[in-house]
Amino acid sequence: MKRKGLFDVISPIMIGPSSSHTAGAIRLGLLARYIYNNPIKKVEFTLYNSFAQTGKGHGTDKGLLAGIMGYYVDDVRTKNIFSITDIDYKYNFAEDLSRHPNSVDILINDDMMISGNSIGAGEIRITSINGFSVNLAGQYHTVLLMYKDKPGMISRASKLIQDRNINIASLHCDRNEKGGTASMYFALDADPSDEIIEDIKNIDDVYFVTKVRKLD
Amino acid sequence: MNIMTFDELVDLCKKNNKTIYELSQESEAAEADTTVEAIREKVKEHINTMYSTIKIGMTSSEKAISNWCGDDCEKLQVRYSHHRALFGKLFEKIITYSLATIEENLRMGKVVACPTAGSCGIVPSVLIAAAEDYNYDIDTQIDALITAGAIGAIISNKVQLAGAVAGCQAECGVAAAMCAGALTQMLGGNITQILNAVALAMKNLLGLTCDPVCGLVEVPCVKRNPILAIHAVTASELALAGIESKIPLDEVIDAVRQTGQLMSPMLKESSLAGLATTKTALKLKEKIFG
Repeated sequence: MKRKGLFDVISPIMIGPSSSHTAGAIRLGLLARYIYNNPIKKVEFTLYNSFAQTGKGHGTDKGLLAGIMGYYVDDVRTKNIFSITDIDYKYNFAEDLSRHPNSVDILINDDMMISGNSIGAGEIRITSINGFSVNLAGQYHTVLLMYKDKPGMISRASKLIQDRNINIASLHCDRNEKGGTASMYFALDADPSDEIIEDIKNIDDVYFVTKVRKLD
Repeated sequence: MNIMTFDELVDLCKKNNKTIYELSQESEAAEADTTVEAIREKVKEHINTMYSTIKIGMTSSEKAISNWCGDDCEKLQVRYSHHRALFGKLFEKIITYSLATIEENLRMGKVVACPTAGSCGIVPSVLIAAAEDYNYDIDTQIDALITAGAIGAIISNKVQLAGAVAGCQAECGVAAAMCAGALTQMLGGNITQILNAVALAMKNLLGLTCDPVCGLVEVPCVKRNPILAIHAVTASELALAGIESKIPLDEVIDAVRQTGQLMSPMLKESSLAGLATTKTALKLKEKIFG
């Protein structure tokens, strides 16, 4: 596991008032935007636990939406986001103590459900995408794909990355059932080219592939 | 850095004959595939932001949405225009800079989280005030801030730096601990003194709850910043005199973690107990959120 570094602690440079509830919320929205990687017209947030109880006073609601719109954590426009946005947005508030104290579900365009936690000091984790468990922190360039679970898929995808001489920092897989739908993501030490994404898209039985930008 | 504990840090420093900041900046550069100079340049940008936050904060008295916080730094400066601070100019600067920074934060202004936004006024106020008072150059300030970051990073291996997870001991508490270590580095302390300063500051903030009134980063967070900045200075002064924490730092951090786990969720940023549910707090809540 990667140990914490200097800039996990001294940073981010951000708008206040809360690193977990404001900056963390913006980064969750931003990483969800990068994962979705398509125009966003509609978004529905469900805030849990501390996010739900104290979010409003910390601008958590504004931050999540600002992130979805592509704003960075130091963007002072976030304060007035509701008068700027043209996205159709909605907030729900819930309690579920089995979840992290600062957690959120983000439903984009009624199409993709992304869940994540703000784990402190502005750091975040995306924990699931459309029900598949992941663990994305935005610290690496990532290639994410959904495909039919069958032999050889991991080696075919990883070979395409290796052929471009990019080092794979980590690889994770998950599936709903044997032979069903599976998910896989590679954390990479370099930004993958669009050709790699196209090549992976052309593998038989790959349903969906996207490049997730590293969070700045 | 690829280490879990302060004991490992001490071993590594001694083995390589390096300071905490030297080890930290080298490890950062290696991990990010860049140079030590580039890492230090990035730290310098953070220090520049800290300076500008202080400057902006000292000239603003804009209130937060609650309308009850935001003008304390102004009040303090009015007092100091007529009176000398009890402990002199450095004391005056530390608490003024700390209030200026944390008040910018509640206005949704730009700050450097250090380690969190609610504790952003502690480390910068002490480092910048001391640098001005002792004429320390920017490199000395960079050394100190890297030391602060390395300390916070090692603590965060065991304790998530979030009030919702471990209470305010993990936010303002850790900020004061980082600050005590960084100031000790700045004043020329050795690694033993630095880590004792961290332990002394941390040990005396065990169990600090996160019970913000109305869930806002205002009460008690705003005044807690200047008060704990001075707490950090005290810890540093004791450590520089060679006074040691009888409980080693790693064990203190274990105690922070355990205390955080034992603390009720009602006292961890949920505003369900403590100051947040006092009679006055509930009245304020009614007034703001209806």
